[in-house]
Amino acid sequence: MSNMVKLTINETAVQAPAGTLLIDAAKLAGIEIPAFCYYEGMALQAACRMCLVEVEKAPKLLAACVVPVTEGMVVRTESPAVVKARKTTLEFLLTNHPLDCPVCDKGGECELQDMVFKYGAGESRYTEVKVHVPEKQWSPVVFYDGPRCILCYRCVRVCGEGMGVGALGIVNRGVASEIAPSHGDHLECDECGACIDICPVGALTSGAYRYKTRPWEMEHVGTICTHCSNGCKTTLGVRNNEIVRGNNRDRSGLNGEFLCVKGRYAFDFNHHPERLQTPLLRVNGEMEEVSWSRALQAVVAKFKAGGKAGVIGSSRIANEEAFLLQKFARTVLHTNNIDHHRSGDVVTLLDALSGKTATLGTADDCYNAKAVLIAGADLSQQQPFLANQIRANYRHHKAGVYVATQGAVREDKIAKGVARTSGDCMDAVESLRDKLKSEPELLVLFGDSVKGEGVRKLVAFGESLGIPVKYICLVDYVNSRGAMDMGLLPDLGPGYHAVEGAPGMSLPQMMAATDLDLLWVVGANPLARHKLASDKAFVVVQDMFLTETARRADVVLPAASAYEKNGTVTNVCGQVQRLKRAVETVGAKTDLAIIGLIARGLGVNLGKVDADAVFAEIQKTVRGYNVPLPVIVTGGAAQTMPVNGRVPATVLPELIQSSRDTLFTTGTLTRYSKILNEVLEAPGGLYR
Amino acid sequence: MKLYNPPSPLETRVVSRRFGTENSWRLDTYLATGGFEAFKKATGMTSDQIIDELKASSLRGRGGAGFPTGMKWSFVPKNVEGPKYIVVNADESEPGTCKDRLLMEHDPYQLIEGILIAAKTVGATKGWIYIRGEYRYLVDHLDNVLKEAYQRGYLGKNIAGTGFDFDLYTQIGAGAYECGEESALLESLEGKRGVPRIRPPFPAVSGAFQAPTVLNNVETFSAVPEIIRNGGKWFADLGTPKNGGTRLVCLAGHVKKPGVYEVPLGMNMMYFINEIGGGMRGGKKMKALIPGGSSCPLLRADECDIPMDYDSMAKAGTMLGSGGMMVMDEDTDMVKVALRIMRFYKHESCGWCIPCREGTTWLQKMLARIVDGNGASRDVDLIGDLAKNMLGRTFCPLGDAAAMPTISIVEKFRPEFEAYVAKNPFASSELVQVA
Repeated sequence: MSNMVKLTINETAVQAPAGTLLIDAAKLAGIEIPAFCYYEGMALQAACRMCLVEVEKAPKLLAACVVPVTEGMVVRTESPAVVKARKTTLEFLLTNHPLDCPVCDKGGECELQDMVFKYGAGESRYTEVKVHVPEKQWSPVVFYDGPRCILCYRCVRVCGEGMGVGALGIVNRGVASEIAPSHGDHLECDECGACIDICPVGALTSGAYRYKTRPWEMEHVGTICTHCSNGCKTTLGVRNNEIVRGNNRDRSGLNGEFLCVKGRYAFDFNHHPERLQTPLLRVNGEMEEVSWSRALQAVVAKFKAGGKAGVIGSSRIANEEAFLLQKFARTVLHTNNIDHHRSGDVVTLLDALSGKTATLGTADDCYNAKAVLIAGADLSQQQPFLANQIRANYRHHKAGVYVATQGAVREDKIAKGVARTSGDCMDAVESLRDKLKSEPELLVLFGDSVKGEGVRKLVAFGESLGIPVKYICLVDYVNSRGAMDMGLLPDLGPGYHAVEGAPGMSLPQMMAATDLDLLWVVGANPLARHKLASDKAFVVVQDMFLTETARRADVVLPAASAYEKNGTVTNVCGQVQRLKRAVETVGAKTDLAIIGLIARGLGVNLGKVDADAVFAEIQKTVRGYNVPLPVIVTGGAAQTMPVNGRVPATVLPELIQSSRDTLFTTGTLTRYSKILNEVLEAPGGLYR
Repeated sequence: MKLYNPPSPLETRVVSRRFGTENSWRLDTYLATGGFEAFKKATGMTSDQIIDELKASSLRGRGGAGFPTGMKWSFVPKNVEGPKYIVVNADESEPGTCKDRLLMEHDPYQLIEGILIAAKTVGATKGWIYIRGEYRYLVDHLDNVLKEAYQRGYLGKNIAGTGFDFDLYTQIGAGAYECGEESALLESLEGKRGVPRIRPPFPAVSGAFQAPTVLNNVETFSAVPEIIRNGGKWFADLGTPKNGGTRLVCLAGHVKKPGVYEVPLGMNMMYFINEIGGGMRGGKKMKALIPGGSSCPLLRADECDIPMDYDSMAKAGTMLGSGGMMVMDEDTDMVKVALRIMRFYKHESCGWCIPCREGTTWLQKMLARIVDGNGASRDVDLIGDLAKNMLGRTFCPLGDAAAMPTISIVEKFRPEFEAYVAKNPFASSELVQVA
């Protein structure tokens, strides 16, 4: 790099790009300058005064978080003056801090504790009365303990700048300063809990986690959030086989530390008392709890009997399970009657893109693209992480954001161009043409209102702009994309190859078919939307809860949740990530294991039924999935290669329908999340 | 308008020359006494010429920091797109300072003319007078004056037929000392929480609403018309060679004739107190003095025989500050002075940064405990140490303002603290003495 600045930190020669803040330059050189209020990516504060360092020729100590490096700068971060300043700043901080570490949630992972341990004084000189204010509850999940607060304003910034919500502010002044919700005594926000996560001390605590455990008593399992399609990495805190916390403080996944309300709190469905733990078998019209072997026998007997079968997969099961399910359907049941609830027209997009220069976008593109067009989707509600990426892109790179939607969305606030539509968005998109044309590149995110011909029109529109364009087709759930890639489609097999023989029935067709003999539903709840026309159909359901579909079933097999299995999922951008088992529920089995057991009962060899083995097969056989295994195994996200070539789809895209979930819902799972339901009752659920 | 103290014949009255005259705040009075001559003269001058006059006048910011005004105005970038603004710091909150209110009460047109000259110099089209919350009564007065000025064509479009346009507004603060700090003032002006900004950028480059902004004290702007009318050299010659001009000093405390007086820089401080202020009240002896507002280090009586100018004060380890001079006689309890000062800063600390927020509170509690008779012997050293730990480490100068007088009081009047502590029978106990 040409624009490098040479400086000296602690007698070490350091080089950093011009404009780098001193605190970052030191970090690059492996020198820690402690700070509370400085937070990468957020506005500068210089409020905590922990990062004061000695700079030669400066009359006093300078805050390293706001001073850019300059040529020839001589900096000392451990000189006696600096050490004393840090020590006294911490002494000041502790004067009104309650030091209730033994009962504080943050104890053990508290930045104030760490700082005092490393830089603080050994004894306290403070003998006055401490300021105390009572703890406040702002929402079902957010508690604020004022005395613990060190006023670093990270929460205020992450809410305002990061989330684009601005639900937090500061009231009073001086030592009486407090963080407070903008709506007085309660929060009207996304309830994402980012404020709790970012709090360096125990001032903001989570209603779901508080007083449950000490941090060091938990096991930390990095897996993928099972709710929306963004595929955020979440590190589950597990204690005594119970998930007590979800966060991603180590910023290990594609989402960094971002999590929305679902990722952070809605893991509690996993421990819901209504979780199925014993197989159910319909005996004389009544559901009876039976053993696994008896239930499987009943299933195997019906599968052997043959007849017209239909298989409905899920957008929440792992890639391995989806792959094995379609393999079972096509090679054992010899049917293409396999489908799942589709929420985005990836199929048409892939076909429309074949032979074009435009490509698929990634989560990184949302942060780096010079311009972003959101067509027909409420990102902040349905794709919270992608929305966060775009907000950060606007904040850090001044990206041009364009919105073409049916109604008002949060992105309006940062948009360069806003157009409303009552139809399929193309009219609105078209009205933005001139502005979009002037951008150097574009990333288009489109929702389920753009499908079939709409997708082709959108791609044609992108081509006509004369700039590089990338597309992300938005889908609903954690493995909506993977389910399609794995071939849970009546007309397309794994990797979007045309199926052998005639295409099968789609989900609505299966539900409407009066002559269906067997319906196998894995992790889905089609009866919530459709009526099952065939009265004679023997229905096998694998699920975690007694859903509408499970109530109609003849056999219900208790399934493990995504947090209880290993495997992989593919997010909305086609990034493959690994699920890691965090807990177990007695009695439930993974869908993979259940499929394997049914196969064994039928005496069919599906190969080794184990997540790693099936993934190895996926890597070999599914187009685009030959991804580097080490990336996934180490908890990273591996981008699948785009499908290059025509996609011979025959099923009407009109069947595609998003569930239109909000930030607080994702179908069945969130209905069983106690915390999410409590939060829903809080006002301002759909805050924009 | 009432004048609170009769003028002294020993004053050199420049900015205060209309104080006390009948209807001094009316435009007609102003016009009859040379008003807007400077502005008309300035319209015929280039920006550089005006700034050169200011530099020649050696006018320095009268708010407390004493930054050369000409230089400040020269920092405003030329040839940039977008608006530029003028902001008047009328958040006169420094304890002991009461001069800006007189300027606004008695001679608001002088201020307006100063603002207009500044606007002409940098090319600003809009300005605000940011008035401290406690000066609520001034808002109506100034609004009336602004109304008259608009009606008579001295604000708005084509001012006084010069073709120059300028709009001026009043803005009331909510009563925070911190908003006297220029960047916190700008935040407050913009409707935000009054906390200081990270600088650079300085207001001259990015001030109100991110536009280049000239931000000066009321007295600074008020001095401009006379400087332009009579020339910078004339003004400079009123003072001493390196510290030109006159300034208002707000004399308070145990003197016979407290009041606001305009004196040339470089006047001997004891001469000022004895001749203009009439000497100590009740025949008492002088003990100490705060030279320029409560944030300045104190001087003992024996240190006060010095000229009142920027350099001599710096040499004595203190500042001219905002001109709020408080004289204390021999009966004054210096521990209580320290407490009173700290109570003020504890109350006014905005809470933004840790050392100021926590330090002022700690010091206030400790000083209160000592005054209550529960002091410990170690407290005396601790006060000085804590104040030094705040000094130079806070985000804005408020922390320094709290630390500097405290350090000087403990250093100069240590026996008084020790006497307080000695009254506590448990003073040397290792036990905690919390009342």
